[in-house]
Amino acid sequence: MKMDILVCGVGGQGTVLASKLIASAAMSLGNSVHSAETIGMAQRGGSVTSHIRIGDNAFSPLIPLGSADIIIAFEPAEAVRNLMYLKRDGFVIVNRIPVKPTTESLHDTGYDGSEMISYIKKKCGCLVVDASELCGELGSKFYNCAILGAAAGSGRLGISPEALISEMERRVPQKFIEANKRVFAAGIEAAK
Amino acid sequence: MKKEYIMGNSAIALGALAAGVNVVSGYPGTPSSEIVETVFKYPHEGVYLEWSVNEKAALEVAAAAAYSGARALVTMKQVGLNVAADPLMSLAYVGVKGGMVIVSADDPGPISSQTEQDTRMFAKFARIPVFDPSSPEEAYTMIQEAFDYSEKFSTPVLFRPTTRICHAYASVEVQDNTSPKNYEGFVKDSKKWVIFPRLSYQNHEMIEKRNPEIGSDFSDYRGNTCEGDGSRAVFASGISYSYAKEYLKDIPDVKLCRIATPYPFPERFALKCLEGVDKVICLEELSPFIEEELFALAGRHGLDIKIMGKHSGDVKAAGENSADYAARVLSSFCGRDISQNGLELSDMPSLPVRPPVLCAGCPHRASFYAVKQAMKGRKSYFCGDIGCYTLGNAMPLDMVDTCLCMGAGITMAQGFNRVDKDGVCFAFVGDSTFFASGMTGVVNAVYNEADMILCVLDNSTTAMTGHQPHPGTGRTMMGNVVEKVSIVKILEGMGVKKIISVDPLDLPAAVAAVKECADIKGVKAIIFKSPCIAVTKPSGKISISDKCINCKKCIRELGCPALVISNDKVSVDRGLCTGCGLCAHVCPVSAISKGGDC
Repeated sequence: MKMDILVCGVGGQGTVLASKLIASAAMSLGNSVHSAETIGMAQRGGSVTSHIRIGDNAFSPLIPLGSADIIIAFEPAEAVRNLMYLKRDGFVIVNRIPVKPTTESLHDTGYDGSEMISYIKKKCGCLVVDASELCGELGSKFYNCAILGAAAGSGRLGISPEALISEMERRVPQKFIEANKRVFAAGIEAAK
Repeated sequence: MKKEYIMGNSAIALGALAAGVNVVSGYPGTPSSEIVETVFKYPHEGVYLEWSVNEKAALEVAAAAAYSGARALVTMKQVGLNVAADPLMSLAYVGVKGGMVIVSADDPGPISSQTEQDTRMFAKFARIPVFDPSSPEEAYTMIQEAFDYSEKFSTPVLFRPTTRICHAYASVEVQDNTSPKNYEGFVKDSKKWVIFPRLSYQNHEMIEKRNPEIGSDFSDYRGNTCEGDGSRAVFASGISYSYAKEYLKDIPDVKLCRIATPYPFPERFALKCLEGVDKVICLEELSPFIEEELFALAGRHGLDIKIMGKHSGDVKAAGENSADYAARVLSSFCGRDISQNGLELSDMPSLPVRPPVLCAGCPHRASFYAVKQAMKGRKSYFCGDIGCYTLGNAMPLDMVDTCLCMGAGITMAQGFNRVDKDGVCFAFVGDSTFFASGMTGVVNAVYNEADMILCVLDNSTTAMTGHQPHPGTGRTMMGNVVEKVSIVKILEGMGVKKIISVDPLDLPAAVAAVKECADIKGVKAIIFKSPCIAVTKPSGKISISDKCINCKKCIRELGCPALVISNDKVSVDRGLCTGCGLCAHVCPVSAISKGGDC
């Protein structure tokens, strides 16, 4: 299997966990995996990305421009920010719910993500999910597994939902597993 | 052996355990912090492990272990090496008996650092060997080899991964059972272990004679590799080697030479690589280290080779490289067109900017706001420091006038006081930074009769780097619960006469404390004590009633990420709000109240 996956979002949205689940699931299926994360200062509300490279012929931990097979975006503007990594026939899975930076609230520019979603639709194949709807009462802390579910359900990840669930069971604290599985299943359903 | 999907820093830690390390010490700093944490998380029976109070302390603890024949690992970020420079420079002369590896993680970009300094330059300055891994897999093996070289040549060695190695993940084959090595113990010999001018002179001579031997040894080192053939060569190191390999994997007529041991430079190896080559480009981050070594080599050997890189302007002087940047530079070097695979995005809409900000509910926001309110209309200086609270510079708080290095805020506040008697001079420092390098500055202030207000933002953790314990937390990396070192008692002992402890989330009390201190001469200290939101449970949420007049004062004054505008109304992002209630103090019409349900 050869696959370059970029996961992006805003610090605090749980992109790192999602990326770990994808990478370790791919590894459990016998693939060689490299990945790179944004850690540190940028985590505090900044833009974050995880590059996951599956397959033997990847040397750079960062995906070269124009070669990602899939972008999994937790936030509309972050999807657009990283579109340059997507290959021409690549696919985007994007959460419709925006995260407004504090700077936007201060100046009240009216950013709501919709312009970003239209732009993505114009440029490439995509699946738009509403993580807020999928998570309902559970709230934004569970967006990551819901979006991951949608990615798995889209059939474009090359990794089965079962492999991801089994990694979830290994890596997510016990008390959150059931809720995560529930939103993951909702994500799969939304992708159908 | 087993395969594990681990971070580069974990590979370094597990490699050190496989090398039989006995003592591990360090000070947290991105991107190096996870090395010590990984040793802690994995089985390490018989290994002594500590977060030291700062990098200098860490290096000195390790040095004594290495004098005794034990293997010692010290970890820090590159600017931490500046703090440890004093013992390092002397230790380079004295040498070690047991293997001693100092990991100093560089941060091209910089992504979360003050400088783009290059540890390879430091190694050359200190005249000690340095290892430069180009992947997590390699880091695992290389750190073990670094210990061997250290022992073979009785010298401390530097090991410098960069952020993209430290934080890259890979499936790495690691050894199952490790155990610390046996060591002889310290053998007294004052002619060897006590540094005196005469010893320094002798050892300096010895070191300059020894280093070419190490360079020759490195010429046969497996990490220095030469792939492909042709009259053009790319010299690269670290992550830039991986980027170059990614680009050159289908181009066989260009040589790719990796320098894994930049100092002492593997001269014989490099000369061999340069056979039949007339044009070279050096692809490296930070300093043009390899490039300058090749200049020297070409000069000494009269080689007629065009050497390109940062000096020639073909490689950028600052910032990190990337797979794409490497492809651009190398395609031009190879005279090839760069392939365009991606989408056409010239019509991209403008994107919201996301500078890092203090978390929702962060008590630092409250501390800064209290000082800002108390000092309204008064001339004041706000000297910041290194930690999460550097983010107090962001609008709308705008409460950091200076930030230089760890501990500098305290002494710089004194400097401003010397040149402006009318301004009120504040220093903001976190609890971990206070212990690391703040204390001497306070003594300086007391002794030299400065007028200043020290604000210790005590959130009971080392937040920015991932919540490591420190002397004030009462926990050690050996898993012991120890007596907490009291900042208040330290300050009292130093002679600070006015010390007020206050909860910054109690805004009226915090403002009153600042006002009180501002009117007293001498050194005053305010301990703003409230735990980091990441290590404590939220106390509920705030709620906004329909009394809200939508004036947005809460947003304009505080810039809390949990306060957002939704459908043209000020509202609370319930996923982010911790219920700190600071905004309730700010609201002019009392529309915000604490105690909404979780």
